[in-house]
Amino acid sequence: MHALVAFLQDIPVDLLIIQTVNGVVTGMILALVASGLTLIFGIMDVVNFAHGELFMLGAYVGVIVMVATGNFWLALIVSFLVIALLGAVIQIVTLRPLIGRDPLNTILVTFGISLILQNFALWYFGPIARRMPSPITGHFILFYLDYPWYRLLIAALSAAIIGGFWLFLKFSKYGVWIRATTQDRVMAQAMGIPVPLVFTGVFALGAGMAAMSGVLFAPLVGVDHTMGLDWVLKAFIVVVVGGMGSLGGSIVAAIFISLLESYAAIWVDPSQAVIVSFVVLILTLLFKPTGLFATPK
Amino acid sequence: MKNLNHHTVVYWAAFCAVMAVLIVAPLVLPEFWRRFLTEILIWGLLAMSSDLLIGYTGMISFGHSAFFGLGMYGAAAALILFSPPNLWLAIGFGLVGAAGAALFVAYFSTRLRDIYFAITTLIFSQIFYVIIFTWTKVTGGENGLIFTRPHFSIPFLYDVRFTSTTLHWFVLAMVAGSYLILRRVTQSPFGMVLQSIRENEARTRAIGFPVQRYKIVAVMLSGIFAGLAGVLYGVQNEFAAPDFVYFITSGDTVIFNVMGGIGTLVGPIVGAGFFQLLRELMSRIFGDQFPYLIPLGFIFIAMIIFLPQGLLGFARRWLNR
Repeated sequence: MHALVAFLQDIPVDLLIIQTVNGVVTGMILALVASGLTLIFGIMDVVNFAHGELFMLGAYVGVIVMVATGNFWLALIVSFLVIALLGAVIQIVTLRPLIGRDPLNTILVTFGISLILQNFALWYFGPIARRMPSPITGHFILFYLDYPWYRLLIAALSAAIIGGFWLFLKFSKYGVWIRATTQDRVMAQAMGIPVPLVFTGVFALGAGMAAMSGVLFAPLVGVDHTMGLDWVLKAFIVVVVGGMGSLGGSIVAAIFISLLESYAAIWVDPSQAVIVSFVVLILTLLFKPTGLFATPK
Repeated sequence: MKNLNHHTVVYWAAFCAVMAVLIVAPLVLPEFWRRFLTEILIWGLLAMSSDLLIGYTGMISFGHSAFFGLGMYGAAAALILFSPPNLWLAIGFGLVGAAGAALFVAYFSTRLRDIYFAITTLIFSQIFYVIIFTWTKVTGGENGLIFTRPHFSIPFLYDVRFTSTTLHWFVLAMVAGSYLILRRVTQSPFGMVLQSIRENEARTRAIGFPVQRYKIVAVMLSGIFAGLAGVLYGVQNEFAAPDFVYFITSGDTVIFNVMGGIGTLVGPIVGAGFFQLLRELMSRIFGDQFPYLIPLGFIFIAMIIFLPQGLLGFARRWLNR
């Protein structure tokens, strides 16, 4: 009992609050990455292994535009457009021929794409990480830390993008197309929805969302060619825990896992804190293998 | 001799011919290519073990690096702890390590199917990577472990230092033995159940086979052979490094399978050879810095789209008869 009380008294409240903020910030970025992944999976049964690489390339494009023009918003938009275009090309060239084949083929193909993109980044941008200047430099005092406003801006922007995306799905004509295709591909086609075009559009949209999250994340740590795998792994954990194809589930799971990881980082090394998300995954698989928020499909 | 049909005769003749070539090869090849060939055999064994899952059970494993790595680190443990280092202890330790990892991965990931299985094997193999990478005291962390190569020994009878030629023969014997065992497994009633899981899992379950248990055994069996490959790699190169537990090894394994032809067992070895040869060729022509994985990635994608059966796909039925 004493040990427990001592342990509770030892929890540093200030650190806990700081880590909560940190966890929410990375959680929102992760949610943005995972929602693109979930969207692509939900509509065409494609597990996009290259999603992390699109995130990484998006960050690189963002850094280049930012360094050239100094305008963060321009970097965000250009990165979205460039990577969305790349996504559309990838979908048309490699995934379209595979429609109708075993979905396992798509994971192989996107794995091949991730290999190409990652090695292209290493070859073209070099192994040294690039720094990205923060778009806003203001700080506020959080206990003893000068906490940059930028981090809160990231969380707000991610939330805004996800919210805008949700509104798009819910109310726009193309959003209805996407949802209809997700529900019943054949029927949607019969109703005159150009399904192949929807597939390409969705892949491009998901790629663009990954790119934007990359740009948002870039000023925090810097950009290098290996960051893709980390993020795609995290996003995979999130979509499995949240229930594949469930947008809301991914968002909740992303924030939940990021919070746990940042709390764990109080006591252990950050590289070991990853194990917490593995444990969450194991527990999910043990007790609810379909994911916590799965919608029956 | 009446029972010997045409297929059996040709099959074993071909087997013996290939074996003969591989036995003679180290005697005529220069040192570099000798090592190269041995490594292809080891990678081929890793890929072949994974073929049991991809080709025969219809489960894509992106987690074979864990089994390979645990085999490697298991061997390292035996070679460092016991003196003089003993080859058979190394193999024993490696196989136990790989089997343990495989049991852990299999228990959880076989709860899911298809894509989900692939993803969870990937995530679980990363768990082992994180542990090995961060547990510096035991595993040497980033630097890995260095040890000396054990002698080839038969207890109380025979003890001799490996040369690169005899090591090649030893690896060849292990790989050929594994091939024959795996081939026997795929043709056994157990293997038939695995193939029926691939063809129609729901029906297999409906007939009354405990599908998940079969899958766990399949993953473990596959993991043990992958662990053997890890042991052999460790013995050949005299070190164990966390890089081999990293996802890239698993990715390569899948590439070897797809390139060589899944569901053939020998295909993955051919795929490994094809991949390594192309890579060596490119680095010779374009220099060491050449990003060889970019063209190989394009070839890989093109093969999935246009040649999904792989290089040896045309011989698939014949090889499995």
